[in-house]
Amino acid sequence: MPIKVTDLTYVYDEGMPTEQVALQNVSFQVEDGEVLGIIGHTGSGKSTLLQHLDGLLRPNSGTIEIGDTDITKHGVSMVDIRKKVGLVFQYPEYQLFEETVEKDVAYGPKNLGLSEEEAAERAREAVTLVGLDFEKIRDRSPFELSGGQKRAVAIAGVIAMKPQVLILDEPTAGLDPRTHDDILNIIRTIHQRTGNMIILVSHNMGDIASIADKVLVMDTGRSVAYGTPLEIFSREEDLKEIGLDLPPVTRFCKKLGIEETVLTLDEAVEKIKEFIGA
Amino acid sequence: MDKVITVENLTFEYTRGENEEPVKALDGVSFEIDKGSFTAVIGKNGSGKSTLAKNLNGLLVPTSGSVFVEGYDTRDDESIWEIRQRAGMVFQNPDNQLVSSIVEDDVAFGPENLGIDPQEIRRRVDKALEDVNMGEYKDKAPHLLSGGQKQRIAIAGVVAMRPEIIIFDEPTAMLDPKGRKEIMAIIKELHGEGKTVILITHFMEEAIEADRVIILNDGKIMLDGTPEEIFRRADEIRAVNLEIPMMTDLGDRLISAGVKVPRGIIREEEMLEAICRLKSQT
Repeated sequence: MPIKVTDLTYVYDEGMPTEQVALQNVSFQVEDGEVLGIIGHTGSGKSTLLQHLDGLLRPNSGTIEIGDTDITKHGVSMVDIRKKVGLVFQYPEYQLFEETVEKDVAYGPKNLGLSEEEAAERAREAVTLVGLDFEKIRDRSPFELSGGQKRAVAIAGVIAMKPQVLILDEPTAGLDPRTHDDILNIIRTIHQRTGNMIILVSHNMGDIASIADKVLVMDTGRSVAYGTPLEIFSREEDLKEIGLDLPPVTRFCKKLGIEETVLTLDEAVEKIKEFIGA
Repeated sequence: MDKVITVENLTFEYTRGENEEPVKALDGVSFEIDKGSFTAVIGKNGSGKSTLAKNLNGLLVPTSGSVFVEGYDTRDDESIWEIRQRAGMVFQNPDNQLVSSIVEDDVAFGPENLGIDPQEIRRRVDKALEDVNMGEYKDKAPHLLSGGQKQRIAIAGVVAMRPEIIIFDEPTAMLDPKGRKEIMAIIKELHGEGKTVILITHFMEEAIEADRVIILNDGKIMLDGTPEEIFRRADEIRAVNLEIPMMTDLGDRLISAGVKVPRGIIREEEMLEAICRLKSQT
């Protein structure tokens, strides 16, 4: 389901001395099935934007069309938005609360009005999709799991609602390198299996370069650039100006004097071979 | 060289449930920390590295074995104030470490608890805030600051107690790239001024800044040496699901592809030099 965001503007505390423009005329369009990466400095408006896409905040002006529904219109019910869009917050494992993994993951589907059996089936599918053994883990307390498993279960809780758009806010923050890769692979698997759109916010430029089809760059509440990772990470100077880095491998190859924009280590090896004339 | 911390055969167990077998988070760990050194402790989640950090200033005490901080035994209740004054600790989440609604009050909290003379506290607070480049924020409210700034305030709070040793337990894990750089710069400065620094981290880019790296795995020390010595053993490190520095990874791939860069490069400048040398030869 494609998303079209047009001229989205949001002001915190409008009319108060603390008034602050959080989003200003943000426009972009994502095609169905794409992975969109959103990057930007802390305070650039990324999280405010996500909360709009999930219907948690209503803009002062502008529209968000998901499929053929404008979710900013009054009268659109939250349940309808939830069926379309699932949001995984930062550190989602802090929101686990049930006695067992199965109950925790089934909580969302039940709130959508599904029967016990349907909700349990949704939980089984979702837990399996995030790479965990449902039978082994269903009756365990989510609090006994490892950090990576907790996060995977929290993601399963959102997937169980079968959203057509999955949004993740810094899904790999605070994880060790191995768990980090596990979570990225879970996101890739979800994308392959469902074919749905995924939107993720990350500070990790390497992750964005490796997983995203398109990148949206935010700065002080505005969308300042939009394009493929190759296009975006070719604009080193523009990114630097708004306090963003290139992926480490990209930056290294630029320093070396390789002109093309390199996004992976494998590409780097090839380009370095050419560079030294071997 | 003076030893400021001595860890002897440290084992730490905790129990999950009432009827379950205790789990060994640390299993027979021994090492010494030199005065003024900078040691990075790395290991995956669950390797015991945070448990180790908490054992180094008496927040946890050994199940068996012992930890001495400048000669004080952490199991001795009487010494706990002596130990805490000598070994300060900075935690992962800055929001959990700030206690006051004004920055300078927050930094003064530690020294006040040590019963230090108010004028001396004033001097220490000013100096500590200067050390973390936050002097101009002294009358601001901590909750209005960025994550990196909050973490700098937490560090100032520890610095104001003038400990010989500062233990950083994944201080950058919850920060954005800018905040992470700020904190690493402060850590290097503190080390430069003579503090003994112990940095628990899982970012290899941070570990290579240290002069010694200890890798923990399953509660045991797996490797202990200079960053150069440690990261030369890339295969062993990968085998326990840890990352190696990007430059080491790139170097290995280049060597496999027939590019003759020296093995075991860990820093960017060295790799740039090595590649440019190869280019000038062709």
